[in-house]
Amino acid sequence: MNNQPSANKFWAWFNPMGRQVGGWAFILNRITALGLTFYLFLHLIVLNQLAQGPAAYGGFIALTENPIVKLGELLVVAAAIMHGLNGIRIIFTSFGIGVTRQKELFYGFMVVALVAILFFAARMYMG
Amino acid sequence: MTEKWNITLRVSRQKDTENQHFDDFKMEVNPDEYVLDAVERVWAFMDRTLCYRHACHHSTCGACGMRVNGVEKLTCITPIRAVTSNGATLKVEPLRNFPVVSDLAVDMGAFYRKMEVVSARAVLPITEAEIENPATNWPQNDAQFLRLSDCLECGLCISACPVAATSPEYLGPAPLAAAQDVGIHRNPELLGIVDCEDGVWRCHSAFECTAVCPSFVDPARRIMALRTQVIGAKLGKLFGKA
Ligand code: HEM
Ligand code: SF4
Ligand code: FES
Repeated sequence: MNNQPSANKFWAWFNPMGRQVGGWAFILNRITALGLTFYLFLHLIVLNQLAQGPAAYGGFIALTENPIVKLGELLVVAAAIMHGLNGIRIIFTSFGIGVTRQKELFYGFMVVALVAILFFAARMYMG
Repeated sequence: MTEKWNITLRVSRQKDTENQHFDDFKMEVNPDEYVLDAVERVWAFMDRTLCYRHACHHSTCGACGMRVNGVEKLTCITPIRAVTSNGATLKVEPLRNFPVVSDLAVDMGAFYRKMEVVSARAVLPITEAEIENPATNWPQNDAQFLRLSDCLECGLCISACPVAATSPEYLGPAPLAAAQDVGIHRNPELLGIVDCEDGVWRCHSAFECTAVCPSFVDPARRIMALRTQVIGAKLGKLFGKA
C-alpha cells in the first residue's frame, strides 16, 4: 500500500456516487480548481501572443465576440466564484469555524455564487 | 399484523481472484428489520457461501459496516424501511478503501494498526468524554469511572473518505479523531505522528467521515480541532514553553 498516483485513483476523485454534500463540494472544488489552472495557462499563452503587435490584438478582440468564447468566459467566471466562495468555506472550517454547519455553509455560499453568476451573465449578454 | 415487503437483495460477490459481480436474492422482509437481518437470511436459507462480518447486532462491535445503496452504513442498526421501498432492489457492497477478503468481508488490519499508532483509547475517564452534556458538568471525583470511547472502529469513515481512497498511507478520519481525543498535551509524541503529510494536513474537508459515522465521533470536527492542537503545540515550542 502506498500513495503512488494512478489513472483509476484520478477518476475516483470525481465519482459522485455514494457521496454526500461535503463530498460533492470537494468534487466541485477540484473540478473548478483544475479548470481555473487550465485557464491560467491559456490566458498566459494568449497574453504572450497579444504582445506580438496591434494586428494580433485586433484579432483577439474579434475572438471575444464569438459566442462559444463568450460562454467559455462565463464558465471561467462561474468557476472562479464557486471555487473562491467554497475556498472561504474550507478556510473557515479549517479554523474550526462552522465545521458542524459545513452543509449549510455550502448551500449558503452556493446561493451567493448563483446570484453573482447571474449578475455577471446579465452584464456580459445584456450590458 | 406485521407489515411485509418483497425486496430484491443485490449482494456484491467476490471470492479469491474473481472480479466483483452481483447476485440477486428475492425475499420477504418486515421493513422494520435491519439490513443485516436480510443479509443473514441469504446466508441462513439461500447461500451458505456468503461471507460477511458481524458480531454484536447492536452497534457496539463495529463489524457490520457495508455500503448500502452506495452509502456506508452500520447494517445492524439500519432499518430496511430507511433505505428502500416495497418491491425495490437493495444493493449491499463491501466497504471501500479496504482489501476485500471475501464477498462483503474486508481486511481492516491496516486501519487497526493506525489506531494503535495514535494510541487510541478504548476507554476513557467519564470526565473527559465529550457527550451531550458537556464534560465539565461531571464532578471531578467521578474520574474513576471509565466509559467506552465513542469510536466503534467500524471503518465507515475510512470507506467514505475520498482522500483515503487515493492515499492509503493517510492516517484517516478515525485515527486522527482518536489522536485528538488523546490530545497532544497528554501524549506529546502524537505531534510527530499527526503533523506530517499523511497526518492531519492531508484532509481536504470533504466531510464524508462525519456524514457516515454512526456514533458520536464527528471525525471532521475532531480533525480540525487536532489542527488547532498541532498549531498550539508548535507555537508553544517556538516560544519555549513546551
Ligand atoms: C478566490 C480566491 C481563491 C480561494 C479563496 C481559493 C481557496 C482554495 C482552497 C481553500 C483550496 C484547498 C481545497 C482543499 O483542501 O482541497 C484550494 C485549492 C485549489 N485551488 Fe484555489 N482558491 C482561490 C482561487 C484559485 C484560483 C484562481 C486558482 C487557479 C488559477 C486556484 C487553484 C486551485 C487548485 C489547483 C487547488 C487544488 C485543488 C484540490 O486539491 O482539489 N484557486 N483553493
Ligand atoms: S470515527 Fe465513526 S465512522 Fe469512523 S471508525 Fe469510528 S465510529 Fe466508525
Ligand atoms: S454487528 Fe456489531 S456493530 Fe453491527
